[in-house]
Amino acid sequence: MAKLRTRKHRVVLSRSAGGDTGITILLTFLGAFMLLPMLYAIMQSLKPLDELWRFPPRFYVTKPTLKNFRDLFVLMNTAWVPFSRYLFNTMFTSIVGTTGHLFIASMAAYAMAKIPMPGGRAMFRTVRMSLMFHSTVTAVTSFIIMSAFGWIDTYLAIIFPALVFTLGLYLMKQFMESNVTDSVLESARIDGASEFRIFWVIAMPMVKPAWLTLIIYCFERLWNAGVSIYIHSEQLKSFNYAIHQIMAGGIKRAGAAAAATVVMMVVPISVFVITQSNIIETMGSSGMKD
Amino acid sequence: MSQKTAGVRAVARKDMTRRQWIWKEMKRNKVGYIMVAPYMILFTIFTVIPVLLSMVISFTDFNMLQWPNFVFLDNYINLFLDDDIFLIAVKNTFIFAAIVGPASYLMSFLVAWFINELPPKIRAVVTLIFYAPSISGEVYMIWRTLFSGDSYGWVNATLLRLDIITKEIQFFEDKDWVMPLCIVVALWLSLGTTFLAFIAGLQGVRRELYEAGAVDGIRNRWQELWYITLPEMKPQLMFGAIMSITSSFGFGAVVTNLCGYPSVDYAAHTIMHHLDDYGHLRLEIGYSSTIAVVLFAIMIGANLLVSKLISKVGR
Repeated sequence: MAKLRTRKHRVVLSRSAGGDTGITILLTFLGAFMLLPMLYAIMQSLKPLDELWRFPPRFYVTKPTLKNFRDLFVLMNTAWVPFSRYLFNTMFTSIVGTTGHLFIASMAAYAMAKIPMPGGRAMFRTVRMSLMFHSTVTAVTSFIIMSAFGWIDTYLAIIFPALVFTLGLYLMKQFMESNVTDSVLESARIDGASEFRIFWVIAMPMVKPAWLTLIIYCFERLWNAGVSIYIHSEQLKSFNYAIHQIMAGGIKRAGAAAAATVVMMVVPISVFVITQSNIIETMGSSGMKD
Repeated sequence: MSQKTAGVRAVARKDMTRRQWIWKEMKRNKVGYIMVAPYMILFTIFTVIPVLLSMVISFTDFNMLQWPNFVFLDNYINLFLDDDIFLIAVKNTFIFAAIVGPASYLMSFLVAWFINELPPKIRAVVTLIFYAPSISGEVYMIWRTLFSGDSYGWVNATLLRLDIITKEIQFFEDKDWVMPLCIVVALWLSLGTTFLAFIAGLQGVRRELYEAGAVDGIRNRWQELWYITLPEMKPQLMFGAIMSITSSFGFGAVVTNLCGYPSVDYAAHTIMHHLDDYGHLRLEIGYSSTIAVVLFAIMIGANLLVSKLISKVGR
């Protein structure tokens, strides 16, 4: 993959100036559509209160201030449940869920990709099938199952479903199939290494971009998880939920709400900036072949 | 995997029946089953069983309180014949999915295609701009601020200043505006996994093919796209389609956050909301399972149909 990306000679063929201009205009237009709301969210968070309620409203901030962020932290500290608790809940479920997912899904992906067991393909097809429907379909019956286990209102109800996040297994399996060479595994087998050892010591280091992608995807899902149908106790609710409460707080809290929005988006965006090239590399083998 | 299996199969001995051979292979590879076990067990509990369970419950009048009775097709008949709101939900869901699914797919592809020839650094920045909304959680609530119903909303204020309107529009409380706005926001959020898969797919098309194509008389970028690029990245097109379609059916929470629940005159009421309503508010589990089964069938149907269409690309 990496080799494909470095172009030794740039081939410019069959390109017309008119087409280039048209594409640039369209791209600028679409880019503005994507960027402006984000920019406005940032502007809002930097506006002092008199500018937030200025009439007529302005897009740009004239006297930027960090007061809203200070207000947000003050508000967090005076909340009924301490804000650190919400943050802990989200961090805890995100870290445990993501680690577990990475391990369980990669191990299954390795077996499906590299061990010729009867039924392996059928299992993978079943898992792939679940990419075709959204989890809202199973929300009600999952709730029944969770209550049968007695997991309602516990961290387990958040963590366990995250472990079997389908896209993670799918991407990992596809990536292993095209990036882990069979001959290396074969020689390790001849040397008498166990499959677990081969998976952990040989295969996993070869798929670093894929596991970074799995981590990002799973973490992002858990980080952005808001109100959960499984959780009632205030003490167990997520950071996202708490932020949402502040955002819904109305006029008095408009400043803090704007700051909260920015706080929420900073984490996933910075994580993506750091790992972008790995994610794109993983996506290179994401295709469905049959 | 297929190659290896084929290799093993070739040495399978003649004196074994197929069943004996499979049994032997299963025993030989038992470590594989141990490795998939944790995932597959949890996957069964949290995905397979819930789907099957809703199919079973959809034939009962289960309500979490009394022992369920078997009612056969009553739920389905009620759903399609007596539930007017469900029909509104079906209509809205189809409009929503039929616009958001293809539009986000097309947009993902076009943007990925446009930026493919940019230098890597610039491409990374543009990728971030387009991808950021889809990972930023509830930042989409900024649309509520932009389109706020009073004259403090930036859009209303601008329209008033330009004399396009004389009175503020109650964007998220107006039944004519709710749906279009939700669609716009959904599109804004939709450049996700599909988009990244397309960027990667385009990067993976072999350069020699373009050179060979130029020699063979490909004259413009459209021919190049149709004859070389699209067939080359068909696996990504397939994957992207599935991701786009599935997520185009999953915007229930976004709509609720933007317009409240229920939306004005049920103007943005989708099957997802209907399901939520009966499942989590009214606790009519039997009926809500019926809705879930119908939604499941629609999603799988749409995905299989589109996969079939895409398999024809470049042929």
